[in-house]
Amino acid sequence: MWRRCLLSGMAVWLAATSPAFAFIAYVSNEKSNTVSVIDTDKWAVTHTIKVGQRPRGIEFTKNGKFVLVAVGDDDKIDVIDTATHQVVDSLPSGPDPELFTQDAAGKLLYVANENDNTVTIIDLEKRVRLGDIQVGVEPEGMALSPDGKILINTSETTNMAHFIDTATREIVANVLVDARPRYAEFKRDSSELWVSSEIGGTVSILDPAKRTITGKIEFNIPGLRREAIQPVGIAITKDGKTGFIALGPANRVAVVDATTHKVTKYLLVGQRVWHMAFTPDEKHLLVTNGVSNDVSVIDVAAQKVIKTIQVGELPWGITFAQP
Amino acid sequence: MIRWLIGAIGLSFVASSALAADPIDIRVGYLGQAGIKSKLSLVEQPSENDGIAGARLAIEDNNTTGKFLNQRFFLEEMRLKEGEDVAKAAAALADRNGIIITDLPADALLKAADALRDRKTVLLNSGAIDDRLREQDCRANVIHVAPTRSMLADALAQYLVWKQWKRWLLVVGSHEADKLYADALRRAATRFGAKIVQEKVFEDTGGARRTDSGVTLIQRQMPVFTQGAPAYDVLVAADESEVFASYLPYRTWDPRPIAGSAGLVPTSWDAAHDQWGAIQIQNRFVKLNSRRMTARDMQAWTAGRMIGEATSRTNSGDPKVVFDFLKRPDFSVAAFKGQRLTLRDWNLQLRQPILLVDGRMVVSVSPQEGFLHQYSELDTLGLDRPETKCKLN
Repeated sequence: MWRRCLLSGMAVWLAATSPAFAFIAYVSNEKSNTVSVIDTDKWAVTHTIKVGQRPRGIEFTKNGKFVLVAVGDDDKIDVIDTATHQVVDSLPSGPDPELFTQDAAGKLLYVANENDNTVTIIDLEKRVRLGDIQVGVEPEGMALSPDGKILINTSETTNMAHFIDTATREIVANVLVDARPRYAEFKRDSSELWVSSEIGGTVSILDPAKRTITGKIEFNIPGLRREAIQPVGIAITKDGKTGFIALGPANRVAVVDATTHKVTKYLLVGQRVWHMAFTPDEKHLLVTNGVSNDVSVIDVAAQKVIKTIQVGELPWGITFAQP
Repeated sequence: MIRWLIGAIGLSFVASSALAADPIDIRVGYLGQAGIKSKLSLVEQPSENDGIAGARLAIEDNNTTGKFLNQRFFLEEMRLKEGEDVAKAAAALADRNGIIITDLPADALLKAADALRDRKTVLLNSGAIDDRLREQDCRANVIHVAPTRSMLADALAQYLVWKQWKRWLLVVGSHEADKLYADALRRAATRFGAKIVQEKVFEDTGGARRTDSGVTLIQRQMPVFTQGAPAYDVLVAADESEVFASYLPYRTWDPRPIAGSAGLVPTSWDAAHDQWGAIQIQNRFVKLNSRRMTARDMQAWTAGRMIGEATSRTNSGDPKVVFDFLKRPDFSVAAFKGQRLTLRDWNLQLRQPILLVDGRMVVSVSPQEGFLHQYSELDTLGLDRPETKCKLN
């Protein structure tokens, strides 16, 4: 009796001190062809879902009911029902889909298709392809401007950020960035667009209005050769003040002052850190470590790694349901 | 007023990605040799367009990028027949092309380079692996995209030493190229702490590559040839001339792995390489050429991509501007090797990781972990700055 009281009392106390704690993350495991489901209450994998071949880009649908995961070697996007944790459908994409983004209404999906230099537009309700936009060689990163008017696609061998007008579906500007641009991320207030260049080893800061590069984030880790610093995933806090950048085989996440664009700290995580996502309350940042097959949990305020969670083989992408 | 108007038009061009302005045309020549060198294995038989096919893909990729920058790339291909004057051919090609990708043997490359010395023409060597072209015979107008023999040998040696296969039985062919490769392998053994327990020469006595009853004979010949060797961990074969190495696996007297010209082979590229986004270029290549991509193809593609990288960054097709850009210390190019490739400023050799392949899979990629260097770990492969005999200009 006492014990039960104590326990339930503790539970109440825990719930009271950490409100809205339990979030669910979905992680794509490129090699195991699975998606790991992480419960942030337990900091553990609760489900493992079999999906198609080579899952990489992963995102919740805007209504939070489904998770979309690009399965590149099957040339499609699998649809996971978050209630049953099963693949219930798939969407037609172009060949070898990798990363994608949705419009705010959750009606349109824009997919980067690496194999034929196109961005494919898919109608999510009708589940049909609406059309293709020709971009540079090896399209990869995808980002939609906060007002939904401009779609950014990065092309890895062309080394550009393509600005696509979502109304006309035409390219309106191309900005050369450093080698192998992988990922693009807007600040919430649209004041900046960040583009990571994996081989170039930098993150370019673009002015989305002028469509020019205004600055660059450079990295310098003592004792580490320059070639090993390969920026990929980017996350910027809602207030636009702090950025986090995954540095691939450097096994570190750089914490960046998003105003001065200077690195303030390097956090040691797992091997070949790739993509990342904030918990919806932005208290934690989860990053995927491809080679060590785990996910590191970063306490955003403390800027510290607090946990490591084993997932499948070669974890690649990660997504949270946005409330 | 008119000037103001022109300025305004200029501005609007810039705003609309300069699409209406005159395009910049970049003309690239490809100078190779007609005919192919036969391989022992039928599945490795090179295609007629080995090398050129990679240059073609690079030009196509550059044109995709060029669409957005108003640049157009053109490739003029020239294949020399036996006995044809390389200097004359190079000069003719240079009349129309400011940049030439070459796939020529060392002496022919030197003739071409010397014939073009007083022009602005830039040569990118995508075929010759001879160290002397980057050392005593280096030329200021030649960039080397192909790795050297010493880079290949060092890449292999690092892996064998890491594997603790430190006792080598070295078997060398009787042709000049085989001897050069053996020199590089000996140097690598000394450098990384392997020991050559014995050296044997495999004499090329001539004869047909393929015969109807060839296997029977080889099965008798190879065990006997490798009999009586001192204790060794791995047989390393230097056989660039394709006379015997591919006959060695599974036929040695002692059960030992083979490396070098057969078995575990160091190379700049392989059709099995799929890491670091390489699957994308492999797919693009197969789509364009209906065959798989070889090291020669990749070296030519990389040369073509370097040209594209330079023209897109400088917005110029002027060979001098391109050349100066490639020589800048901050130049780098991405070529699906997991890190940036840069140029050695002392001899214009492209630094690059080397794949170790077995014909079906990529076994490893060198430099191996733990082989450190003060400037770039890629400089643990091949002759380094303090050893160079190259004097540019």
